Amino acid sequence: MANQEIIFAGFGGQGILSMGKFLAYAGLEEDLNVSWFPSYGPEMRGGTSNCSVIISDEPIGSPLVVDATTVVVMNRPSLDKFESHVVKGGLLIIDSDLVNREPERDDIEVIKIPAQTVAEEVGSKKIANMVLLGALVEKTKIVSMESLLNALKHHGKEQFFELNKKALERGAEFAR
Amino acid sequence: MAEKVLMKGNEAIGEAAIQAGCQCFFGYPITPQTEVAAYMSRRMPKVGRVYLQAESEVAAINMVYGAAGTGVRVMTSSSSPGISLKAEGISYIAGAELPCVIINIVRGGPGLGGIQPAQSDYFQATKGGGHGDYKLVVFAPASVQEMVDLVQDAFDVADKYRTPVMVMGDGMLGQMMEPVEFKERPKKELPEKTWAANGLRGREKHNIINSLFLKPEELEDHNNKLQAKYKEIENNEVRYELYNCDEEMDLVIVAYGTLARICKNAIKMLKKEGINVGLIRPITLWPFPTEAFEKVMDKTKNGFISVEMSCGQMVEDVALSVNGRKPVHFYGRSGGMVPTPAEVANRIKGIVGGAK
Amino acid sequence: MAVVFERPKALLDVPTHYCPGCTHGVIHRLVAEVIDELGILDKTIGVAPVGCSVLAYDYFTCDMYEAAHGRAPAVATGIKRSVPDSVVFTYQGDGDLAAIGTAEIIHAAARGEKITTIFVNNAIYGMTGGQMAPTTLPGQVTETSPYGRDVNTAGHPIRVSEMISTLDGAVYVERVSVDSVPNIIKAKKAIKKAFEIQLKGLGFSFVEVLSICPTNWGLSPNESIKWLRDNMIPYYPLGVKKDATTGEVK
Repeated sequence: MANQEIIFAGFGGQGILSMGKFLAYAGLEEDLNVSWFPSYGPEMRGGTSNCSVIISDEPIGSPLVVDATTVVVMNRPSLDKFESHVVKGGLLIIDSDLVNREPERDDIEVIKIPAQTVAEEVGSKKIANMVLLGALVEKTKIVSMESLLNALKHHGKEQFFELNKKALERGAEFAR
Repeated sequence: MAEKVLMKGNEAIGEAAIQAGCQCFFGYPITPQTEVAAYMSRRMPKVGRVYLQAESEVAAINMVYGAAGTGVRVMTSSSSPGISLKAEGISYIAGAELPCVIINIVRGGPGLGGIQPAQSDYFQATKGGGHGDYKLVVFAPASVQEMVDLVQDAFDVADKYRTPVMVMGDGMLGQMMEPVEFKERPKKELPEKTWAANGLRGREKHNIINSLFLKPEELEDHNNKLQAKYKEIENNEVRYELYNCDEEMDLVIVAYGTLARICKNAIKMLKKEGINVGLIRPITLWPFPTEAFEKVMDKTKNGFISVEMSCGQMVEDVALSVNGRKPVHFYGRSGGMVPTPAEVANRIKGIVGGAK
Repeated sequence: MAVVFERPKALLDVPTHYCPGCTHGVIHRLVAEVIDELGILDKTIGVAPVGCSVLAYDYFTCDMYEAAHGRAPAVATGIKRSVPDSVVFTYQGDGDLAAIGTAEIIHAAARGEKITTIFVNNAIYGMTGGQMAPTTLPGQVTETSPYGRDVNTAGHPIRVSEMISTLDGAVYVERVSVDSVPNIIKAKKAIKKAFEIQLKGLGFSFVEVLSICPTNWGLSPNESIKWLRDNMIPYYPLGVKKDATTGEVK
């Protein structure tokens, strides 16, 4: 049974919500059940931002992820808040350029990626989220890279497609 | 077949209304429903229809009254404190027998409360809210797709019975994205709106949109007419889902909206521990699906538990439906706290006595 | 025999509930005559308020609404927006329009809704039996200002026409009175102009009509007329407050 419950978390403006959306769209490309649920309210104004994405071949219950199979964090407060939400044996993906502490858990798998650096090498810091997303998809295989690229093609801005694609591929290398 | 698209609940509401022929939308910003208004403000002018941001929820619902009286399909949307402000207008709309659709994306209360998901407007929606003997048909979708389907149905039900219909979601349903499909819908046979006050246009006698009946005899007649209509709605429009209710059960959960989905997760968790729990999911909160209880009454060992994101509102209708025949339990969180499946499962284990 | 005077087609042949000496009947007739003269009965929709004219829907032959207290401009907005080729008027008293319905009238005017409001100002709540209204004059005795309106505690009267005339969406604003035949003729001209402005789609038009309430003022009709002239007109000066069609703003 394919079932991934993912939390993406970071600062507003890092593309947290959109990386969740692209993954959800990729799930839709494969005709899986998907849900995307953002934090909303005052949190939207500049502070932290997070969203829950569920991709499953079964009907989805609550769209709010509490026990995450994967957590992706792009800042220190998000690591503090969500490290404990990873299920045992689950996956934690960290932007090591922005998170200045080591995770405490030893019962989960951790992938650390200097996503800002990698993104800058590819062309823009703004696509650090795509570097992390690439690693997530490569590691979990929840959707195929092809579906993710299709999602980007159909729902992303055309002029960023090649850049995003490169960022995803660079990120995937960290998960191999 | 239409293509599946990923949409936020709030935006799906807007698109569903447009596809149902909603001619006018009157809104006012309030979290967590503002995307409904924002979506309508983008789309309605593009399809040659009316979007207007009112000066208040009070004005918005009275604009709905005005537009509905001319016979066009009209919708407004708000969240809990805004619905309280609309309550006056809703009572007038019910009294004047006007069809319209009202969206409530519920947040925690009372007062200004919070902005996180809640179900604490159950009483307000199903037991009145405004003054007088009136009822709202209340739909409670549990997914974005169901939101789309029920918003479209809501316009039909409103027109069929000349009555306001509320579609009640919560912040979670409004904010989440899920795949939706806008299906081709067969055209419904609906009564002609001969009562509409849109100008005489050659008609001999004027039409009056009104809820004032100064003579007690006339007002009682009017109330009796409304009650007869509500009876008909009770007979025809009850909707619910039974989940995992075929076998003997340790307990039956009653839950609606997003919380029903959470309860389904809890049911799956409990099944692994050998505890068999069913679910009654009311889709119409009014009329309440009393008949669903008859179907499971003899199959539940420990009775029922009403699980709500409120301090205990629907549980009163559950108790009325059970009518003393089986125990009725309650579990609720409030203020925007959303119970987890594990929490619900634990509470149920406390009632049925752990794994067997 | 030539007919020289008859009931306007826009009025039903029914007795009204208004008190003896009340000027609502005059104002109803003026509105009805204007509807007849403009030939718009077929597409006119009226909105009655809560207050003495709550039953106006039973007197006009056009399609009618009864609105919640103060909400007539919002209701009229909903009607006009859904049936843009209709002619929509609200008929509201001072409690309805200038107290509970202040937000609705201001915003309908500010939006430039293509509707016409007839605002009947008699400086008192009539239907509920003579309580202080937002337009009750300083010192005026009512049931709820038994020692006379004290502006230090009850605040000041609102000059609605002047207020509305400051709004860009309001195209035509005039205050008239029905205390004499010449003034009644002027009132009719104002009402006609207000409807014409709506027909031309220019924006919001507003006519405030100073009116008497002999019953609740505790005066005879003749004394009431005199009281209106001596007290109301000085506080609420008659005339065009704004006419954007000529660029006139007073």
